[in-house]
Amino acid sequence: MGPLFKQQPKVTAPLRSVQRLSTKKKQDYFWAYLFIFPTLLGTVLFNLGPVLYTVYLSFTEWGAFGNSTWGGLVNYKKILNDPVFVSSLKNTLIFTVLSVPLSIALSTVVAQLLNQQIRGVSVYRTLFFLPVVTMPAAIGIVWRWLYNADFGIINYLLNLFHIKPVGWLIDGNIALYSIIVVAIWGAIGYNMVIILAGLQNISPQFYEAASIDGAGMFTKFFQITVPLLTPTLFFVTIISMINALQTFELIFMMIGPDSLVIRDTQTLVFMFYKEAFINNDKGYGSAISLVLFLMILILTIIQFKWQKKWVHYS
Amino acid sequence: MTAKSGKKSPAHYKTVIHLLLIIGSLFMVGPFIWMVLTAFKSLGESTQMPPVIFPARLRWENFTNLFDSLPFLTFYWNTFFMATGRTLGALVFCSMAAYAFARIEFPGKNVLFLLILSVLMIPSQSYVIPQYLIMVEFGWTNSLKALIIPALTSAFGTFLLRQFFLSMPRELDEAATIDGCNHLQIFVRILLPLAKPGLIALAIFQLLWSWNDLLWPLIVNNSPSKMPLAVGLASLQGQYGTNYPLLMAGSLLATLPMLILFIFLQRYFVQGIALSGTKG
Repeated sequence: MGPLFKQQPKVTAPLRSVQRLSTKKKQDYFWAYLFIFPTLLGTVLFNLGPVLYTVYLSFTEWGAFGNSTWGGLVNYKKILNDPVFVSSLKNTLIFTVLSVPLSIALSTVVAQLLNQQIRGVSVYRTLFFLPVVTMPAAIGIVWRWLYNADFGIINYLLNLFHIKPVGWLIDGNIALYSIIVVAIWGAIGYNMVIILAGLQNISPQFYEAASIDGAGMFTKFFQITVPLLTPTLFFVTIISMINALQTFELIFMMIGPDSLVIRDTQTLVFMFYKEAFINNDKGYGSAISLVLFLMILILTIIQFKWQKKWVHYS
Repeated sequence: MTAKSGKKSPAHYKTVIHLLLIIGSLFMVGPFIWMVLTAFKSLGESTQMPPVIFPARLRWENFTNLFDSLPFLTFYWNTFFMATGRTLGALVFCSMAAYAFARIEFPGKNVLFLLILSVLMIPSQSYVIPQYLIMVEFGWTNSLKALIIPALTSAFGTFLLRQFFLSMPRELDEAATIDGCNHLQIFVRILLPLAKPGLIALAIFQLLWSWNDLLWPLIVNNSPSKMPLAVGLASLQGQYGTNYPLLMAGSLLATLPMLILFIFLQRYFVQGIALSGTKG
């Protein structure tokens, strides 16, 4: 290429870097920035920017007429002293600690049953998945009707066994657990699909080898299936936990802000909604949402650290 | 000796499995059955003790009453508009961004991608209040714009589709470039068609989530003419809380489209979820 190769003239620094950009690179950059622009704009304008603004809002104090002033740590101090916050936190944690393991355990059992060579798997799968595609608002209304103390079908069925009617959503001691049952009902199908995919990824050779060694059904399940399933279970646990910590629709539809048992059932997100949009205390609502965010972050990090103890990666 | 002594014969074994699954299915489906039965009863029939299982006759008037009591048809239209708007937006914008992040080298690429990804870590309550305030500022409260535009960009969709594009062989891009294609052409004519499974999965997730969304529409629209079905149901329960057949009729109509969509497209639903589980 010798004689044909032209020497580049010496130029000043800025010009040299622009000249270094080939046409191809300029084209690349043009398309790249054009393609990411809408998503980037939306993310900054509607997600990231607002998070920063929420942080600012959490330091503002809101008055009865919707006016706000700088309040420093007043909202956070309020949180520490607010019995409503404490009960919301307690309810949210009970909700999560009960609904996540139970729904995952049940989903695993169902997935395991579906993984046997039986007919009609897709029919069962459809039926188990129906609650997942159903509007949570509608789920709330329907289950509220099932739980109705006077006319609900559940109390009638109990009555057939001579059990007295239960105030499922009226009794402050039970209401939260009634809602947990609905949450589990709604989540089984979703977890089941993911776990089933995980089960189908386990090579049959493991089971064959175990059979030769004389292992029975339950041994195979607990010594082979469960350990090899732990990565999938970990994924499902994280997703379910993050979801459960943000429960809102079920409380809103099945209990509602004016119910007598709201104290026994409200979750953090419900309290957030009430403070920010019913009481119009956007400062306090912001602080609550950030505390929730922190909680989710910490619990997720703890889960990730824990996985070394129980998740087997092959 | 194998553990044959404790093992049931295959026929019994499968019967037990079916039995368990049937019981489970009844638990899943029972509430739906009761919902449908109640939707066709009269108020008297629904509150009778001991309960009436089947209505004496099918009370279609519960459904017509529904449309008379609340602007239910408007709720439907709003929900449809909101769901398709958000889904189309997500498909277009996420696939564009995913292509750029997967196939083009440009300054700031990694930082910008992490920025978008970080949204996945943030629960929505952390940005919902300012989002609302922005809607007020723009004058978009009680509008369909407010239901669609803030939700148009999906970090999840961008992540999912980027995984798809990353898995496609570079030779395709290179061959196209030699033929003189620019990025737009490579994107639209070659890679996008190959990403169909990912696009379908994203479309289904987005459709389902948008159709069922309650919190955001509740916050941003309180005029019945702009409510989607989820908020409409809340409104229905607020106003007619003891008219159980009416409530059931409303719940049935609100969920029916997604149920039908699911039954016909369930292969794609299941694929999509399994996909997000393995690539996520």
